[in-house]
Amino acid sequence: MSVSSEEKVEAPGGHPPHTAPAVAKTSWWKDEAQEPMRRNLGLVGVLLALFAIGAFIRPDLYSNPDWVINNIMVILTQAAAIGVVTVGMTFVIIGGGIDLSVGALIALSGVWATTLATQSFGPVGMIFTAVAVGVGAGLVNGVLIAYGKLVPFIATLAMLVAARGLAAQISGKQTQISADQFINSLATTRIVGIPLLVIILLAVAGLGWVLLNRTTFGRRTVAIGGNAEAARLAGINVRGHTMLLYALSGLCCGIAAIMLTSLATSSQAAAAELYELDAIAAAIIGGTLLSGGRGTIIGSLFGVIVFSAITNLFAIANLPTEVQNMVKGAIIVVAVLLQQVRFSSVTQFARRHGLTRAKPQT
Amino acid sequence: MSEQAADTGEVVLRLSGVVKTFPGVRALDGVELEVRAGEVHCLLGQNGAGKSTLIKVLAGVHRPDAGDVQWLGERVEFSGPQAAMKAGIATIYQELDLVDYLSVAENIYLGHEPRSLGFVHKGQAARQAGELLGRLGHGEIPAQRLVKSLPAAGKQIVSMARALSHSAKLIIMDEPSAVLAHDEVGNLFRIIRELTAQGIAVVYISHRLEEIREIGDRVTVLKDGRTSAVNLPARSTPTRDLVSRMTGRSIEYVFPPRPDTAPGETLLEVRGLGRSGEFTGVDVDVRAGEIVGIAGLVGSGRSELLETIFGARQAEAGTVVMNGKALPPGSVAAAVRAGIGMAPEERKSQALLLGQPIYRNMTLTNFSSYASAGFTNAGKEQAAAMRVADQLELRPRDVNRAVRTLSGGNQQKVVVGRWLLGDTRLLILDEPTRGVDVGARAELYQVIRDLAANGVGVLLVSSEVPEVLGLADRVLVMREGRVVREAPAAEINEEDVLDLVMAGSLTAATTEEVAA
Repeated sequence: MSVSSEEKVEAPGGHPPHTAPAVAKTSWWKDEAQEPMRRNLGLVGVLLALFAIGAFIRPDLYSNPDWVINNIMVILTQAAAIGVVTVGMTFVIIGGGIDLSVGALIALSGVWATTLATQSFGPVGMIFTAVAVGVGAGLVNGVLIAYGKLVPFIATLAMLVAARGLAAQISGKQTQISADQFINSLATTRIVGIPLLVIILLAVAGLGWVLLNRTTFGRRTVAIGGNAEAARLAGINVRGHTMLLYALSGLCCGIAAIMLTSLATSSQAAAAELYELDAIAAAIIGGTLLSGGRGTIIGSLFGVIVFSAITNLFAIANLPTEVQNMVKGAIIVVAVLLQQVRFSSVTQFARRHGLTRAKPQT
Repeated sequence: MSEQAADTGEVVLRLSGVVKTFPGVRALDGVELEVRAGEVHCLLGQNGAGKSTLIKVLAGVHRPDAGDVQWLGERVEFSGPQAAMKAGIATIYQELDLVDYLSVAENIYLGHEPRSLGFVHKGQAARQAGELLGRLGHGEIPAQRLVKSLPAAGKQIVSMARALSHSAKLIIMDEPSAVLAHDEVGNLFRIIRELTAQGIAVVYISHRLEEIREIGDRVTVLKDGRTSAVNLPARSTPTRDLVSRMTGRSIEYVFPPRPDTAPGETLLEVRGLGRSGEFTGVDVDVRAGEIVGIAGLVGSGRSELLETIFGARQAEAGTVVMNGKALPPGSVAAAVRAGIGMAPEERKSQALLLGQPIYRNMTLTNFSSYASAGFTNAGKEQAAAMRVADQLELRPRDVNRAVRTLSGGNQQKVVVGRWLLGDTRLLILDEPTRGVDVGARAELYQVIRDLAANGVGVLLVSSEVPEVLGLADRVLVMREGRVVREAPAAEINEEDVLDLVMAGSLTAATTEEVAA
């Protein structure tokens, strides 16, 4: 495999050799452009490994194809809401920011959408409310960060605290039951055997992929996260776009709030706790650079599914959640270490040992 | 007394035949230097002459490829900055390397705190820091103050105290006056005199001849990485002599010929533009097909001026009119819409997405124009980028390659090429050939001239005077935020420009000489 791809990426001929800079040939394993593909294959490998471990522990269950398919749907359903949030988070991080408020915004959107007053407007009113609250709160984040020049970490941390407070205020710290049959049925509906929530996740991820890779919005996001100053000097409205990124994250929170409400047939101020950490971790192990400018939706999706599969495996194996969290922590560290090793080790090692040419300094 | 020191002081540092090469550049090509205890030895030279590299060799940052460095009579080879510091050579860089959120005392003793068993004696450090500051005549700076809260002059004094704390016998000062206001320079000189009176040698780098005349004892002039003159008396050497030894650099600049045709209508009219502390009352006109060059030192306000015209900084006074329409201050988008493009000074940090492919970097300003209904069209973008790559002879001509892998000259072509894709009528170039090797320079010059021939107006800034004179049709000289001279390039020479840039008018310098 690596042989054929080496041939493919050979340097274009036809110019004098002394002008050909840096790499003439790159193997598939070292080509930076292939990094997302390598990482996604790695995450698929992790999923297969988790499956193998499951089959080893519980051969009785894993030998039953119906159970296996059903279990995959369970894993995906559990990943659905957090996956939607992670898509928004991925945009924010690629754009050079961070959104710590997503869990709190889900709680706020969910609580607001399930007040008796909102429920009286029916499912459309509830969905509209959840989305509007998410987008509105996201816009507040965006304005504070883009125009108020607050550091994203601080602005969204403040929103985290405030939104949970507001959610508790609205709900009176009570669990609000959703009496709406349509909303409640979302979680139980299947279309050609696939749960609706999973379809929503795939739809959001698909739209996110198109938005990131095929639209001017996505191009601006990558440019701003990669080099905000260069984007600004290219005439891109950096502040306006940054604001929109947080609104987009808020929109995803609104959608996730409806999904969680449907799953639990209720909402409460304590819902979606620590979702921000799961979403960030999933994006990071999916290959999104925390400093911005690089990341993929598919990677993030795999990141979410890996976490969900671990939770599932621990439940099946009857292992304590404490161990589960330790394993998740280890996976984050390993994923980031791999990212650093793969990218920079070769070049940095060479530079440190004087194997490549240093930059001229005059 | 220091004049005396220059003649009789013991030689502390002697360099002979020092060579330092970087890939493609021979930064130092046989440098001689002799510094005596208690003297102020000035280093003079144009940008790119090798001053920075020489300083870094002395400070132990670079190791010379050939030649001899003798320190206190012994041949030395420093393994790193720490070793040079230990040996008694301290360097005060232009960008002061202090930690903002540590106190004055902590900064002075950073890395060699008075301590026992791992515990820092804070009181002792503060007391000793106070003594050092007192020795510099600035006992009033509180040792516990955070360095962040000090003005530039204060930070410089802390840097000097740090040098003293290492019992430095030689202090290298890289353009120390650049960060200081006028009255603070006098104070700096007083400190330097006190240091030399204690037998400490100072290597002083400055572009301002008046300062060299006031504080310096001897001057060594660098040109093209070589010493073109050593140990000239700082006070009595005529300005003409000093300037002529810095000029006439041998770098093979190949400039395309100027066309005979007169430039077209006025594109850009800048009137009374100003930003406090940066530049004031600047008027600039650029006509279609004309290349206007601005010469000036770093800190003369030239880059700030360009960025303000482009809207990247908000003008506080004056107007920018493009094609007869006034531009709103502080709006890059409006400037781009009006047909202005800019290649900023720091290519990597201000202009490029290094990990992204060439075509995306080229279409960064106008990818929307290839898009339909918000969907980008990579095929069209690649085709457009390919056309520009052909036009600019980009190498390699593979627009899907990451910009990171290109040489400096080709990266600059990508930045310039970006503006060729749009409807750019005025191109602003800030240091277009920085970090670009000699061969690629000639190509860039041709690209710039070709653009002008196609009716684009060009406004460029360069630290290299020959580049401004060779490339531009009209030259503006800036000093301390003002345009001090404007002339057709044919009517002004390198020495005139250097003289204006460094010391004020030539006549003033001559009278000084007569007086001396």
